[in-house]
Amino acid sequence: MSEYTPSQNIPDRQPPATSVGIIGWVCKNLLCPWYNAVLTIVSCWAIWSAVAPFWEWAVTNASISLDPEVAKQHTGAAWGFIRDMWPVFMTGVYPAEERWRPLIALCIVVVLVSLSLVASYRRSRWLKILWFVSPIVVFALVYGGGITGLPVVGTHYWGGLMLTIMLSIVAMLAAFPISVLLALGRTSDMPIAKPFCVAYIELIRGVPLITLLFMASVVLPLFLPAGMELDKVLRALVGITMFFSAYLAENIRGGLQGISKGQYEAADALGMSYWKKTIVVILPQALRIVIPPMVNNFIGILKDTSLVGIVGLVDLLQIAFATTSNPKWFGRLEEAYVFIAFWYWILCYALSSYSQYLERKMPSASK
Amino acid sequence: MAIFRASFICLLIVAMASVAQASTLENVKKDGFLKAGTHIENPGFSALDSNGKRVGFDVDFIRAVAAAVNVPEIKYTPLTSKERLPALQSGEIDLLSRTTTHTMSRDVKLGLDFTVTTLYDGQGMMVRKELGVTDAKDLDGATVCLQTGSTTELNISDYFRKHGMSFTPVVFDKQPDVRKAYDTGRCDVHTTDVSGLAAQRSLMEKPEEHIILSEVISKEPLGPVVRHGDNQWSDIVRWTIWLTMAAEEKGVNQANVEEMYAKSKDPEVQRMLGKTGSLWTDLGLDKGAPVRIIKTVGNYGEIFDRNLGPKTPLRMERGLNKQWNEGGLVYAPPFR
Amino acid sequence: MSERLAPQDKVPFWRSPQGRAWMFQLCMVGGFLWLAVSMYRNTLVNLKTRGISSGFGFLANEAGFRIGEVTGIPLPQGGLLWFLLSLVAGLAISQLIARQLKSDSGTPMNSKWLSVSLFFSIGLPMLTLYVFRDSIEIAHYTESSSYFMALLTGLGNTLKVTVIGCVASTILGLLIALGRLSPNWLLSNICRWYVELNRNLPVLLQLFFWYFIVLQQLPNVRKSIDLGGWLILNKRGLFLPSLVPQQGAWLFCATIVVALVAIWVLRRRAIRILDETGMPVKILFPALGFLIGLPALAWLVGGQPFTLDFPVLKGFNFKGGTGLTPEFTALVVGLTVYVSAFNAEIIRSGIEAVSKGQREAARALAMNERQVMRIVILPQAMRIIVPPMTSEYLAIAKNSSLAVAIGYPEFVSVGGTILNQSGQAVEIVGIWMGVYLCISLLISFGMNIYNSKVALVER
Repeated sequence: MSEYTPSQNIPDRQPPATSVGIIGWVCKNLLCPWYNAVLTIVSCWAIWSAVAPFWEWAVTNASISLDPEVAKQHTGAAWGFIRDMWPVFMTGVYPAEERWRPLIALCIVVVLVSLSLVASYRRSRWLKILWFVSPIVVFALVYGGGITGLPVVGTHYWGGLMLTIMLSIVAMLAAFPISVLLALGRTSDMPIAKPFCVAYIELIRGVPLITLLFMASVVLPLFLPAGMELDKVLRALVGITMFFSAYLAENIRGGLQGISKGQYEAADALGMSYWKKTIVVILPQALRIVIPPMVNNFIGILKDTSLVGIVGLVDLLQIAFATTSNPKWFGRLEEAYVFIAFWYWILCYALSSYSQYLERKMPSASK
Repeated sequence: MAIFRASFICLLIVAMASVAQASTLENVKKDGFLKAGTHIENPGFSALDSNGKRVGFDVDFIRAVAAAVNVPEIKYTPLTSKERLPALQSGEIDLLSRTTTHTMSRDVKLGLDFTVTTLYDGQGMMVRKELGVTDAKDLDGATVCLQTGSTTELNISDYFRKHGMSFTPVVFDKQPDVRKAYDTGRCDVHTTDVSGLAAQRSLMEKPEEHIILSEVISKEPLGPVVRHGDNQWSDIVRWTIWLTMAAEEKGVNQANVEEMYAKSKDPEVQRMLGKTGSLWTDLGLDKGAPVRIIKTVGNYGEIFDRNLGPKTPLRMERGLNKQWNEGGLVYAPPFR
Repeated sequence: MSERLAPQDKVPFWRSPQGRAWMFQLCMVGGFLWLAVSMYRNTLVNLKTRGISSGFGFLANEAGFRIGEVTGIPLPQGGLLWFLLSLVAGLAISQLIARQLKSDSGTPMNSKWLSVSLFFSIGLPMLTLYVFRDSIEIAHYTESSSYFMALLTGLGNTLKVTVIGCVASTILGLLIALGRLSPNWLLSNICRWYVELNRNLPVLLQLFFWYFIVLQQLPNVRKSIDLGGWLILNKRGLFLPSLVPQQGAWLFCATIVVALVAIWVLRRRAIRILDETGMPVKILFPALGFLIGLPALAWLVGGQPFTLDFPVLKGFNFKGGTGLTPEFTALVVGLTVYVSAFNAEIIRSGIEAVSKGQREAARALAMNERQVMRIVILPQAMRIIVPPMTSEYLAIAKNSSLAVAIGYPEFVSVGGTILNQSGQAVEIVGIWMGVYLCISLLISFGMNIYNSKVALVER
């Protein structure tokens, strides 16, 4: 039995070459044991069979000429179609000479968002005021008329990505107060208001958005007094807002239930009235918890606005049909889909990454 | 909840108070624009040109009515065939010009008023040449692509039922989808109005490979529609259309209308163009209306040739839509 | 402070929280009623001025249009009613037995009682079905059927898509979730991007993609992919031979059911013996014997149960057989792929939420990977998975309404045709909403029952 002394310390041996460095990583993650290697091969095949034809179509055989005749000689994609038509994808039939207006509106929003990302500006009161004023400015800019002195561009000219984004943002803003009230009603113990809120939420959550849109576009005008009418975009907005207020309300209810009972009791002990308690104590905490699901909700709205095409609005998805019926670029549906998918995907992916980031930032609250 | 409701109710009350019943003409003049429904996209009838402007056969009659009532702007509402009738019923639009077939049930049951037939059409069928089909009666067992929400669906069912044949329908919401499905081989037969088939064929990958069968299985008188109950408004639409027809008969066109107004010796042309008589002021319009209409859209022949005629991608012949004195059905009542 | 008011005996009603809540609610009800009444009156006035008649009478009118895909609808009369009655009665009786036994002895039922309750819940309805088989009428929609029948056919198609979509998206979602959790870097990244790609694109866009781009790549009718007549694939869909039931079909099906029940009883017995004695009992061969032997016997006694009807190219299309249309396929595939991305995330987070100690403890008990997953992880993950999965199933049912865009004749599409032909907008939209609400409630109800089964039983 040998005695242990520090001087006899055996130097650490290097780990085997198969478990460190690139080789080790490859072995561990791709090749060992044998079924892992099989999975790797199958995965490679899957990637190849999906990507290769797409690459061939989108890059190798593609053309970017603005001339449709040149594009016809290529078997692949005609990206010239996108180059030619992309303003239409962005703004729909918005008059060409007025397209600078949505562009400026977009710049305003982008500047505001990027200012908000700078931490030192975030808490400034000016920024908050700007945020409150911006929707009015954007609307005035895009719609025109009134004091702006710009020619009016009615909502029937709005379309494309602009319409998609505007519909989702306005629907979200409009659904928010309604859903807070619905959630408060559902968590309250008022014998009439509670079942009313429950019934509303469950009814709306039980039916497809498309039936609500049909209702808003076909039946709603019948409910209104003779002579009074709502704009077509506004009606679609009513449908989307109704739909999402129910979903949002359920998320907010989750947040309300996540607040510990002590908070309610403490507020009661201070003698706060119901509204004061709700606005000062409960809602700020509850809404903070539900920001990530609310962002996910917004992604849902953004994707589901594609259904407004079924009731005759020309949103981003419908532009695909409108532009591909044009004899010049007839039938280039694939290119249009890829372009549209690109936009939807970028927007939704960015938002969902943001919501995941928020969720990571407050681990205790989300559990 | 209550606050929200209360504010909504207040809004409603305000809205109701501010609205008073008025005739369509007065409303249009007050608004300063004409609310019209048309196709989302149907080449030749209503489509966007490369400047994003709406052009087409159906659109021209809307423009003519807007010129008649002298409003500067037209608010187009693109409608699917499912939405078009409710949109008119609900007052969302005041004029529907979207290849709508005049049928009895629509006329009497749905609270609509059909004005003048602007295009005499009929439902036809298009097949691939390679199938070797020449007669529609050989189509037993075929798959048929068609658009929903139109009379097309009933006509084709009736036709096959009448001849004891069977078929499989594949029904889409929009015409481009129907065309795409037919063009790629999902269906043997593409059916819609013959004018529509011509338009669709012009847009196929290889138009020469498709034939339109000679059999026409229905009568499709197409024309603008207005709501039932406002006779003044429907008269305005009717006489605007008849004016374009009569103008062709009398040789008045976009280029020479002012000259004809000044120089024509024909008393009917004088009355028609509002130089003499009070026909147009009796209708509730101003005396300048007829000249304005023709200056805006031209006569019926010009409208047809510009949008559907042999020089357009649709390459349609006038056929039944010739003037009555040339063997067609286009026949405007006299202006007196 | 010193001037604090003496406590009042009673706060006036209108200042107490309850009083305010009541006033609040009364205002709400009043406002709502006012709104409802004015809407109703507006609607009546509007309908009258537009000359639209109202009511559901139009549902009895002849439809006159054709529907591409017709599902048979059993008529609610005669045998069907008896079958449903015996099904409900059987289920109720077996539930009663189970509850009674549990309250009596506190233990689950033994095999004797089990077979009794099995007889009531499965055997009785099957028997009724057999006895009344001739009085069950299945109606198929034709042009001369009523609008009501057309709506039912559309509803049948919707349900078909929903059920298949739910099952398929769960299986696919599970596979993707397992793929994401796999140690293979490549596979887990493929699965990750599959999820990211699919859940960030609108489902309508995906449906268009599958229908107008993927399925149109298939060959034409005359150049079909043909596997000896057993499987034919072209642009018109997938064609397979269909089974035509003969005289002995009933007996044959019954024996299969009997065999399945027998295998189930065998398996329970094997597990019981394993629990009591630790002796594993092999049941594979007896099970196979039942599954093959009994139907074979039925074949010998009753003659050939089914004949095959092969699809044949006749005229324009393949006739006979059975198959899938491209519209149906695109809808099911599109919905499945879209929802499976969400399901995968739900399942993955459910599995990851099971604490690591559970897996390690199970491994320490010498369970193999499969057993760990099946016995330890999944049952616990289920509790987290089931509630959000319910809303995904609801999403399938609701999103099936998008079929209207790709030409599949489901409920909304058929309703839309009727809306256009009859002009009865209010009624049709009302029917749509009512029916979807019922479907949603049914799915929620079913999933709630399932949830209460898998939920943690706290003692």
